[in-house]
Amino acid sequence: MISFAVPLILLALIALPLLWILLRAVPPAPVLRRFPAVTLLLGLRAEDTEADTTPWWLLLLRLFAIASLIVAFAGPFWQNNPAPPTDRPLLVVMDGGWPDAPDWPLRQDRAADALDSAAQTGRPVAFVQLTDLTQAPEFGPVALARDALGGVSPKPWLPGDVAPILQAIEGPYDTYWIAGPIAFDGGDDLAEMFAAQGTVTVFAPSTQAVAVRPATLTPDGVALTVVRADANGPQTVVVDAVGTDPTGQQRFLGRTDAVFDNGDTAVDVVMELPAELRDRVTRYQLRDRRTAGSVTLADDRLQRREIALVSSSSDAQEGLAVLSQLHFLRQALVPSSDLLAGAMQDILQANPDTLILADVPQVPDPQAVLDWIDKGGLLIRFAGPRLAAQTFAAVEEDPLLPVRLRAGGRTVGGAMSWGAPKTLQPFAADSPFYGLAVPNDVTVSSQVLAEPGPDLAARVIARLDDGTPLVTRDTFGNGEIVLFHVTANADWSSLPLSGLFMDMLERLSVTTATAVSDGAVPDETIWSQSAAIDGFGNVTASNAVVGVESAAFAARPSADLPPGLYAGGDRVLAHNVVGPDTRIAPPIWPSDVVFDTGAGPAVTDLKPWLLMAALLAFLIDIFAALWLSGKLRGPVSAALFGCALLLVPGEGSAQDQIDDRALQAASEVVLAYVITGDAQQDAVSRAGLLGLSQTLFLRTAIEPVAPTGIDLQTDDIALYSFLYWPVTLNQQRPTAEVTAKLNRYLTGGGMILFDTRDGNVSGFGSQSPEMRKLRDIAAGLQIPRLEPIPPDHVLTRSFYILQDFPGRFSGAPIWVEASPDVAVEDGMPFRNLNDGVTPVVVGGNDWAAAWAVGSDGRPMLPVGRGFAGERQRELARRFGVNLIMHVLTGNYKSDQVHVPDLLDRLGQ
Amino acid sequence: MTTAHLSNAGALAAPFPPLLADAQALAATVAFGDHGRRRPGFGDAFWEYRAAQPGDSLRRIDWRRSARSDDAFVRETEAQIAQTVLFWCDPAASMGFSSGHETKAHRAQLLTLALAHLLLRGGERVGVTGSGLRARAGMGQMDRLHAFLERTDAGTDYGAPDTTAMAQNAHAVFLSDFLGPLTGVRAGLSQAVDRGVGGTICMVLDPQEIAFPFRGRSVFESMGGSLRYETQQAGALKDAYQAAMTDRIETVRDLAAAAGWRFHLHRLDQSAQSALLWLFRAIEGPGR
Repeated sequence: MISFAVPLILLALIALPLLWILLRAVPPAPVLRRFPAVTLLLGLRAEDTEADTTPWWLLLLRLFAIASLIVAFAGPFWQNNPAPPTDRPLLVVMDGGWPDAPDWPLRQDRAADALDSAAQTGRPVAFVQLTDLTQAPEFGPVALARDALGGVSPKPWLPGDVAPILQAIEGPYDTYWIAGPIAFDGGDDLAEMFAAQGTVTVFAPSTQAVAVRPATLTPDGVALTVVRADANGPQTVVVDAVGTDPTGQQRFLGRTDAVFDNGDTAVDVVMELPAELRDRVTRYQLRDRRTAGSVTLADDRLQRREIALVSSSSDAQEGLAVLSQLHFLRQALVPSSDLLAGAMQDILQANPDTLILADVPQVPDPQAVLDWIDKGGLLIRFAGPRLAAQTFAAVEEDPLLPVRLRAGGRTVGGAMSWGAPKTLQPFAADSPFYGLAVPNDVTVSSQVLAEPGPDLAARVIARLDDGTPLVTRDTFGNGEIVLFHVTANADWSSLPLSGLFMDMLERLSVTTATAVSDGAVPDETIWSQSAAIDGFGNVTASNAVVGVESAAFAARPSADLPPGLYAGGDRVLAHNVVGPDTRIAPPIWPSDVVFDTGAGPAVTDLKPWLLMAALLAFLIDIFAALWLSGKLRGPVSAALFGCALLLVPGEGSAQDQIDDRALQAASEVVLAYVITGDAQQDAVSRAGLLGLSQTLFLRTAIEPVAPTGIDLQTDDIALYSFLYWPVTLNQQRPTAEVTAKLNRYLTGGGMILFDTRDGNVSGFGSQSPEMRKLRDIAAGLQIPRLEPIPPDHVLTRSFYILQDFPGRFSGAPIWVEASPDVAVEDGMPFRNLNDGVTPVVVGGNDWAAAWAVGSDGRPMLPVGRGFAGERQRELARRFGVNLIMHVLTGNYKSDQVHVPDLLDRLGQ
Repeated sequence: MTTAHLSNAGALAAPFPPLLADAQALAATVAFGDHGRRRPGFGDAFWEYRAAQPGDSLRRIDWRRSARSDDAFVRETEAQIAQTVLFWCDPAASMGFSSGHETKAHRAQLLTLALAHLLLRGGERVGVTGSGLRARAGMGQMDRLHAFLERTDAGTDYGAPDTTAMAQNAHAVFLSDFLGPLTGVRAGLSQAVDRGVGGTICMVLDPQEIAFPFRGRSVFESMGGSLRYETQQAGALKDAYQAAMTDRIETVRDLAAAAGWRFHLHRLDQSAQSALLWLFRAIEGPGR
C-alpha cells in the first residue's frame, strides 16, 4: 500500500499539461551563422522540418522527470503489512546493554522503523533505553524520539531496576520491545508491567551472548572461564591475551581455545604464558566478539612486579660490566620485571614490590625501609666485601638483616686456604626453594657467616654442604627480608652464573606476587577511573569517574560505576563487566507477548528512488537535447565523456617527498650538513660536501650521492652517518627536542664535524666568538671528554697517512674523543685503541670551503697561494676522505696495522 | 611629443598604407614584358624603315638612312597606344565574409591594386567603372585608386557593377563573389559589350562557401542581415548547396563566355600571386 507523507504536493501534477504546451512551443535554440552564400540556400528545402518543435518522446521524458520530482517530494512510502489501526501511544523499549552490541545497527534500525510506522498513523511515540534511564519518557512527536534514538549506544552493563521509573508512564500504551539475548534482574517484572498497559511486541534477534569472567592467576597459568547463554550445540571460542610489546604496540600475546560441548554453558580454560608475557597482558578478550562482556581487564593481580636494585658502588667502568654487583641480577630480572634504579630514598618513594640491596652495608634510613617492608615489601640483600667489613663494627643487630652476622666472613678453597669450595645441600621441604634441582657445579668460595642463635635454623632456607647458611629469611610485618650470604656477582660463588639463581629469584618474587594478589581491596582507598570500556568492548583511557569508595566495587557495573580500570594509591583495580560468578541465560517471555519475526523492514521509503529516476531522466534529456541540436559531435561528446571521467576520483599522487629523501638516505651514502640559515655558508657547505663526495667517488669505494641539507628542527637525522656542522654566529641554541635528537644520533653511531671556520684567528689560544657559540650549542649534547688529536689516532691513517688536517686554514688543532689511557708499547707504532668511532670532531679549519667545488667541478674558493695552496687543498681533501672512511669503517683500519704481525704468526 | 606631431606622422605615413604596400610587393613579382602593338604607329621603339611615299612629311624622312642609298626612307616606330583598364571591385557587404584571417574584399582589393600597379608601370591608364574615378596614367593614380577602394559599401548585401561611363574599347576587370542576384551583373555586362569593352571576370570565393562544412540546426544570415534562412540539419543541405554553387559558378562562366570575356575562379586559399599572374596575362591578352 502506497501512502504519502505530504499528499498536498501532488496538486502540482495539475500543472503538467501546461508544461506540455510550454515545452512544445519552445524548440531548441539554433546557431546563428553569417553566410554570404545564403542566396544559394534560399531555394533549398531540408527533408525533415518536423524537428522545429520538440519531439514527442523528449516531451514525454521531461514530463516524466517533472512528475517524478513532484511525486518524490510528496514523500511516498510503501507499507507491506499495515498494522491494525490504533491510536494508543507506542513505547519503544531497548535493552541497550553490552549483549546487544554485536547487532546494534539492526536494533537501532528496528527501533527507528517502529517509531516511523507508528508516527505515520499519528500515534504519539517515546523511546527508552533501559540501561540509560533516569526519568520516565513522555509520549510526543516522532522527531523527539528519533533524536533520542540517534544518540544511543550500547552500555557496558545490563539494565538495572528500572521498573519504578517506568511505572510513572501513564497508560494505556503499546510496547515494542527490542530485547537483548540475556535475561536481567527485573526483566520479568517489566514484561508484566508492559503487558498490563497494552500489547507487547517483542523483537529478539538471535544474538549469541558469550562472555568471559575475570582472569585469575594459578600456578599453571592464567585461568579464565568462558560462559554462554545458549547451551545448545558445540561451539569454539578463541580467547586472546592482548598487551603491549616492548615498543608499546598492542599485540596478541597468547591465545587459547574454549570448546563448548552441547549443553555446556561455562568452560574453564588455562592460558599458559611465560611470566614476562603474562605480565604484559592488559586484557583478555574473546576473538570476534565485539561486546564489553567478552573483555576482561587485567589489574595488579596479574601485573609485572617492580624491583628496585641498589648497589653500594656505582657501576664500574665500561668494559667491567660482568664485575658489577648488579649485572647478573639485572640480566635475570629484566625479562620479567620492571627494574628501578636510583638512590635509596628515591626508590622507596616509587614503592617497588621488591628491593634488592647488593653489598650495601649501611642503609641510610632504616626506619623508612622497615615501614615499607611492614606494608608488604620484600627486601633481598646480598653480601659482599663491604657488608663483611661492616659487620665487624656493628655491635647491635642490624634490623634489616634476617640474622646477625659474624664479623669478617670466611673464604674457603681460595689460593691461601685449605679445603675445596663448598657446594649446596638439597633444599629442605620447608624452604621456598624446595624442589629446585641443585647443580653440581655451583660452588661457594666466600660467604658471610651468621652468629649461631636459637632461631637461626628456622630462618635458613638454603645451606651449604657444611651446614652453614647460604640464604636466610625473616618476616617483618607483612613483608620479608632475605639475605644471600654471597655476592650478587661471581666473585664469591658461581651461584649467579647458574640457572638455579634465576629459579631462586623467581620463587622469591612469585611469593611476593601472591602476597599482593589476595583479592582484598583496602577499605579506605578512594579510587578514580583510569581506563574505561564501552559497550563494544573498546578500552580507552578515561578519568571520567573519580572518588569511588572501595565498598562500591562489590556491586556489578552500572551507570554510577562503569566498568574499567580504577587507580587508587599505588594500586590498579579492574572493575570488569562480567563478575567472577556471573551466569548468563536467555530471557524467558510470558506467553501473551507477540513476537516480531523481523522479516524485512515494514516501511520502504520510495522518495530516493523517484529522485534517482528524475535525475536519470534529466541526464538522458541533456544528451537528447544535444543530439537534436546537432551539437553532440565527435569533440563535444569526447569532452562530455572527459567530464564524466573527471568525476572519478583520481589517485592521490602526493606521496611524501620527505619519504623519498629518507629512502635515499637509507639506501645510499649521503653526506649531510646542518642548514645554518646563513645562505652563503649553506651554499659553501653544500658545495664542500659535493666536492668531498666527488673526491670519495673518484678515489675510494665510497660512492656517495648528492649531499643534503638538514634542518635540525624538522628532519630526521638518524639516517645520516655524517653531519657537517659549520658554526655561525646567528645560530640558535638547539631546543630540548633537538638536543635529545642529537644525543640519540651521537650515541647511535653518528658523527658530527663541528667547524668553527676561524682557524686563521683561533690558533693563538684566543676565545673566538664562534668557539663561544659552539660551546653554547654543544652545552646540552652528551659529548665525551675531548683531546687534541693524538698522532696515533685512527684518523691519521684510515685511508691516507696524514699528520695535519688543513682546510682553508691550516694549523688550528682539531679535537676528538679522548682515548682511554693505554700505555705506549715499545716497538709498536700505535697504541692498541679499539674503542668506538669518535662521535664528534671539532676544529676550525673551514674544511667545506677547501672542499667546495662549483657546478663546473672547479674549486669554488681559493686556498693559500700557488702550488702550496693547491697542496693544502689536496691535504684537506685527504682529510675528508680519512674522516668519511673513519665514519663508515670505524676502527677497522686501526686493526689493519696488526696485519703484518698476524701474517707473521700464520707463517710460523 | 605632442599630438600634433603624432598626427603629422600619421599624415606622413598615410600615403603608404599596408594594402598599397602589399599590392606593390605582389606586383614586383611579375616580370615586365614588352607592350608593343606589333604594328607601326606612334611610339618610341623602332619598327622599320620604309621608302618614303608621297604625302609623307619631310620631317619624317630619316636622312641618315636615306644618305646610304638613293631613296629616301622614313623611320617607322611601333605603335604604342596606352590601354585603359577599368576595375570593378565589389564593395558590398558580402565580400566582408571570411573563414580564415583574410576577407574576400581584402583579397579583391589587393589584386586590384597590384594589377593597377603593374599596368601603371607599363604606362597604361587605370580607372574604375562608373563615374567614381576617371582613368589616368601615372603612379599618382595608385593613391587615388586606393582611396576609392577604401570606400566599401557595407549598406548593400550584394553589389552590381556600375557600367555607366565606360570608355570605348577599354578593358574591364570585375572582381566579385557574384553570389547576389545576377540581373545587375548581366545588365552591366551587356552594356559593356555594347560599348565594345572587353574584359575579365574574377570570381573570388571563400573555401567555406564552396565546401559548406556546417551541421546542425542553424540560421544562416547574409552579411548585411537582409536575408535569413533557417534549417534543422545544415549537414543534410551540403550536397544540394554544392550543386547550387557549381551551378552559380557555371552561370557566371557562361555569362563571361557569352560576352567574350575571360573568367577566373579564385579561392582565398589559393595564392594571390597566381591570380595576379593570370589576370595580368589575360589583360595583355594573346590578341596583342
